[in-house]
Amino acid sequence: MAFPTLLNTRSPLADSAIQRATLAALPLGQTFDECLEAAGHSPLRATGVSVLQLNVGKRCNQACHHCHVDAGPDRTEVMRDDVIEEALRFLEHSGIPTVDITGGAPELHPRFREIVVRARAAGRHVMDRCNLTITRLPNYADLPEFLAEHRVEVVASLPSFAARQTDAQRGAGVFEGSIAALRHFNTLGYGVDGSGLMLNLVTNPVGAFLPGPQHALEADWKRELARRYGIVFNRLYTITNMPISRYLEFLITSGNLQAYMDRLVTAFNPAAVEGLMCRYTLSVGWDGRLYDCDFNQMIDLTTAPDAPQTIFDANVSTLSTRRIVIGPHCFGCTAGAGSSCGGTTANPKSR
Amino acid sequence: METYYHPKDLARFGEIGKEAPELWQKFSEWYAAVFKEGALSEREKALIALAVAHTVQCPYCIDAYTTTSLEKGATPEQMTEAVHVAAAIRGGSSLVHGVQMRNHVDKLSM
Repeated sequence: MAFPTLLNTRSPLADSAIQRATLAALPLGQTFDECLEAAGHSPLRATGVSVLQLNVGKRCNQACHHCHVDAGPDRTEVMRDDVIEEALRFLEHSGIPTVDITGGAPELHPRFREIVVRARAAGRHVMDRCNLTITRLPNYADLPEFLAEHRVEVVASLPSFAARQTDAQRGAGVFEGSIAALRHFNTLGYGVDGSGLMLNLVTNPVGAFLPGPQHALEADWKRELARRYGIVFNRLYTITNMPISRYLEFLITSGNLQAYMDRLVTAFNPAAVEGLMCRYTLSVGWDGRLYDCDFNQMIDLTTAPDAPQTIFDANVSTLSTRRIVIGPHCFGCTAGAGSSCGGTTANPKSR
Repeated sequence: METYYHPKDLARFGEIGKEAPELWQKFSEWYAAVFKEGALSEREKALIALAVAHTVQCPYCIDAYTTTSLEKGATPEQMTEAVHVAAAIRGGSSLVHGVQMRNHVDKLSM
């Protein structure tokens, strides 16, 4: 069973301006910029662009409780043809080494496979942020074979190695489908030492708390997934839930918003700032607009006004030193061991 | 509603150091050192703390070490087992004192 999207339920939070105002109204003691200033990183700037992250749309076969995209089966936004062409042209001319394809379920985009093929033909490393259950749908059952053929790195979401927690976050039956999908990937060599086919898992906390220590959890997950299901994988990435979109709704309705934000602020770790993903990532929206990260994209915080605003006027040298647009939600990426689409970014301060 | 325990008071823990700052400083440093990874992992220590919190029946400690246990990667199943360990020791502790009761019965009885 899928959870309803904010848009579908006509929640006020479907309006990103309401989300931003909700966060701005919280008394937090310190602003994110004040913390950056104290850490010697204000104003926060990009250090380059080594990852081009394409969010190809908000359509998804799932509608997870914590989704920062408010993705779901009822969403219709998909990346336009002209945006895809321009993004691929930009990729070929910019020298950016990695393409990170996300969504929604990015594989639902009609041109997903073409994007993969063309990016790989251009010699780029390609990552697919896969929800796993997409491969259980009849029209997508051969997706693992396609990804293996093109040596695509799979970054798969699985919040827990226990069914109850996974289904609580991602919907009834998701765990069973995810395990079947992981076994399929394993049969192709994904996650198997020496195959070169990378299968990395992503876990977000199932609730209003910070993620556990990545290195310790990875060992637990490897042991338990192997013992219980015979599944292997390469790396486990722990990601902090951002206080936006459906997770923000959960924080509000469960009465946890202020305490969660206080926790993020208290756990601010200066050592996490250096590796913030916004400093090396360029995020492209389905309509071609540019953002510093996928989270900024979902609350409509485009790149700084003096930086290129769309993929059609993107310039890698300008973007490589752009000022990063920040807000209270950014505390999610600097709490504890830090958080990014590639997991933790620093050694923890006090965890 | 007036109660003896207020969840927000946990964040005021440090106020206890106002009248005895040196003792508070020593306690804080020792406390932080206790929970650092050592022969036991941080997660194991959090689970021990959670169990002890139930034994001493401290609502502040239960809230704090429920959060900490989750943030150290403990599962609800592990945390529930930790509480059962605390409960078993409490129950066993009562029962084993029954031997003292029996000793006294023996002393008093013909």
